[in-house]
Amino acid sequence: MVRPLQREPLRTLLTILAISLGVAVVLAIEMAGDAAAGSFRSSMDTLTSDADWEVTAAGGVPDEIAGTIAAQPLPIEIRPRIEDYATLTETGQTVPLIGLDLPPASSREGVFVSKGLAQNRLRLSINDSTADFEILGVLNDATEPVVVMDIALAQRILGRNGRIDRILIKGPKPTLPDGVTIAPFGNRTAENKQMLEAFRWNLRVLSYIALVVGAFLIYNTISVSVVRRRAEIGIVRALGAARWMVMAGFIGEALFFGILGSLGGIIIGRLLAVGAVELLAATVQKLYVSSTPAPIILSASQVVLAFVIGPGVALAAAFTPASEASRVAPVEAMARGRGDYNVRTRKWRGMWFALAFASAAAAAARMPAVAGKPLFGYFSAILFITASALAVPALVDMLMRFSFERVFGIEAKLAARGLAASLGRTSVLVGALSTAIAMMTSVGIMVGSFRETVIVWMDERMRADLYLRPAGGAAGDRHPVMDPSIAAAIERLPAVEAVDRFRAYEISFNGLPATLGSGDLSVYRRFGKSRSLSGRSNEEIAGLLRGRDAAVVSEPFANKHGVKAGSRIALPLGSKKVTFEVVDVYSDYANERGYIIVDRDTLLRYLPSDAPSNLAIYLKPGVDLEAGRREVARVTAGKRVVMAANRTLREEAVRIFDRTFAITYALEAVAIVVAVMGIAGALLALVIDRRREFALLRFLGASIPQVRKLILVEAGLIGLLSNIAGLALGAVLSLLLILVINKQSFGWTIQFHSPAAILIGALSGVYVATILAGLYPARAAVRMNPIEVIHEE
Amino acid sequence: MSLLEFHEVTKNYLSDGQPVRALNGISLSVELGEFVALVGRSGCGKSTLLNLAGAMDLPTSGEVLVDGIATASLDDAGLTRLRREKIGFVFQSFQLLHTLTALENVELPLQLARRSGTREQALKALNDVGLDGMPHRFPHQLSGGQMQRVAIARALVHSPRILLADEPTGNLDTATGNAVLELLRAIAGERKMSILMATHSAESMSFTDVAVRLRDGHIEEVVRR
Repeated sequence: MVRPLQREPLRTLLTILAISLGVAVVLAIEMAGDAAAGSFRSSMDTLTSDADWEVTAAGGVPDEIAGTIAAQPLPIEIRPRIEDYATLTETGQTVPLIGLDLPPASSREGVFVSKGLAQNRLRLSINDSTADFEILGVLNDATEPVVVMDIALAQRILGRNGRIDRILIKGPKPTLPDGVTIAPFGNRTAENKQMLEAFRWNLRVLSYIALVVGAFLIYNTISVSVVRRRAEIGIVRALGAARWMVMAGFIGEALFFGILGSLGGIIIGRLLAVGAVELLAATVQKLYVSSTPAPIILSASQVVLAFVIGPGVALAAAFTPASEASRVAPVEAMARGRGDYNVRTRKWRGMWFALAFASAAAAAARMPAVAGKPLFGYFSAILFITASALAVPALVDMLMRFSFERVFGIEAKLAARGLAASLGRTSVLVGALSTAIAMMTSVGIMVGSFRETVIVWMDERMRADLYLRPAGGAAGDRHPVMDPSIAAAIERLPAVEAVDRFRAYEISFNGLPATLGSGDLSVYRRFGKSRSLSGRSNEEIAGLLRGRDAAVVSEPFANKHGVKAGSRIALPLGSKKVTFEVVDVYSDYANERGYIIVDRDTLLRYLPSDAPSNLAIYLKPGVDLEAGRREVARVTAGKRVVMAANRTLREEAVRIFDRTFAITYALEAVAIVVAVMGIAGALLALVIDRRREFALLRFLGASIPQVRKLILVEAGLIGLLSNIAGLALGAVLSLLLILVINKQSFGWTIQFHSPAAILIGALSGVYVATILAGLYPARAAVRMNPIEVIHEE
Repeated sequence: MSLLEFHEVTKNYLSDGQPVRALNGISLSVELGEFVALVGRSGCGKSTLLNLAGAMDLPTSGEVLVDGIATASLDDAGLTRLRREKIGFVFQSFQLLHTLTALENVELPLQLARRSGTREQALKALNDVGLDGMPHRFPHQLSGGQMQRVAIARALVHSPRILLADEPTGNLDTATGNAVLELLRAIAGERKMSILMATHSAESMSFTDVAVRLRDGHIEEVVRR
């Protein structure tokens, strides 16, 4: 079983490496996902002990609720907490700031810090101001960076007058008023995890692509093995080997690839995880929830996963060729020796099957999400990929009839005939590479479309000249506020036409985190522009929201919670539960957590804090941007705020967008590398199998460059066929990604846009890589001694 | 005039790291239009001699002249050119490309040499070997004798000066083999082409002008008819 593999160490190594990379990518995404997303628990749940319940409310839990709970005749322990973030001015690091009910001796104007954060004093930037704190002690138990202060001090410096962020309760569940939410402790972590599910799920699916590509290559390797050892199979069958023994031999060969591939995958995966966690953590932080990456841990379950998927994929891929090997008739095999496994390729029957699979895929694409996951969407993608693989033999057969000879000479004719003659093998190679190309194309189109949609959306939505927010690290769930006087001072500046005060609160809706926001309707009516799904104008929407318990919600929120215009949503605000009528849904691409937007005056009625989270500043017509910026900077001098011009903010948004999707490009690149490695291995096998032909050509007057050209043209034709099949499949998959998978996972409507230049560049790159993959096999072909080869026969 | 000359040719190989002398001081001339048989047991050096004659290999010492050109003086491109212009090969197991039709197989040497009018020349070559009715058949649609005729047509299509045949009848029955030898003999006569043929068969020798008996890498006997 292993001896034939030893004869071709390079090809064996390439196959093992292909499986290793496939397994590595899956493991890296698992490990990085756990590290990046799993860690957010530690940010805010630092220093929480064995609580049973947690009490929260949008805008904070009123102080008196703690008294209400304490007054109940229950054996309970109450731990109120203020939870926010502060930035260490010295290092710029943002850390959780937690206010706890500390013993009176510790309630001075000082803080406790986790180990290594500071020595004697600490300067913190909190919201828009900076203050120095004495360090009262070091928290040796804290595993994450954290700053702790007395709750009263925290309330004061954070402006949480009369409000607490969370009350942890140990004991039985108390009775509470409507406006506050009580949930089992750890609920927020669970909510965040659930929110991240779609993100992680999609990445996870994407990470399996390289493994699927690897499966094609195992299939190819085992098939080649079966063909080469046909006579050998005949002999062992004639000597008394049972069918299952023959099958077991080839299955064993696949297992050998799978197990070694898994071992390699664990090592490579651990290395890849370092890069992946950096990319993922940035995305999670920016778009979802505050987090600091946890250490990367290779868990026992991940090791088990590696040893399930590596050999599993290898076994699944090897089953058909191994089963074919077991059906070899001894006499025929010994008489005819090596055959070609293409004999069994029935291209037109495959085409009919392809049509059936494509129809089933189209039907699956129309099915709704299952528990928020686009399971049918993924199933549809698998069916489309299968349909494409089944259609490839017919495509190869059809395209190889073209007269490539006219363009590339006799070498092209021989290459095309060689590929068509080995239809089965060629189809598997094209299937592998085209699947990788299709993923690259489809994700490229989806991301390109998404990027374009976001840019158009930003053009419409971001109309202010300047934007202001409190300094400090930004995250999807952090909404630090500014002193309201800043907005008032800016509004009075002669250069300023209007200021929109946006206030955001972190809330929980239907078990998922979301953002509740409010803005100035008068400013929105004059300057704002948002794309409402109903087509209503700003004026109309402002009219519907003004002074009423009414809201507009973002498209991701609407899709995630099944909300539409006319729905009613109940939000726990302060001590009340308020029902809002949803008057419209608007397109939004800021984040997938979802927004509920209400009139600022309405929100102030329930949560009377007029401190804005950020400001959108509109300059008067004709005012120079730099002059306006200088005026605003003058009135905000001494405040810890960050000002950005419209263009800067947009550029930053595009940068974040590109970084968010960098990981998907990395995953696709690995799939392409796996496929190209497979092509190199397969071409090497092809050179060995067709050595008689190459030797004969030398006898018939072919020069060394002509033989080399033949192999390279063959590699190029595989690249061309793969590009054609991959582009067609990719276009279909991109529609599936945009219209089904992305929509059902994240709720965004993306306008289709084909990033032609990027696609042409990527496809050309793959094409060149395929030809380069032929270089070594070509070298091997021209180094063969034609005399020896011809005399082998 | 000698088309092919061997002067004190020796050829050594390495087999499992040990030097093996395949040819030992061979001197031989093949004249224009001569049909020469190389006979002897397996391993006596017949095929080595053919490979040296076909510019597929170079002598360890001595000189091989093909139409007056010393093969050792040429680089790989020069040797390729020499094969394209002056040499045709016929093999025991036909060595046709199964992905090409009979006509395309015959056309191949011309196309590799970037010649023009390949189709017409290939059709004529097929015609010359009596296969004018089956140019579009693939090798698996032909009998053994027909396949060897296609191989001969392919070896002749570029009008070489020397035809090298390695056991051309080894895979054919006696009648078909004799027909093929008759064809080769006729070609040598008509085209003034020299043929060097390696064979095991004593019967084959009766079709040739000269029989060269090889033994352990040297010429044991030259019999002229």
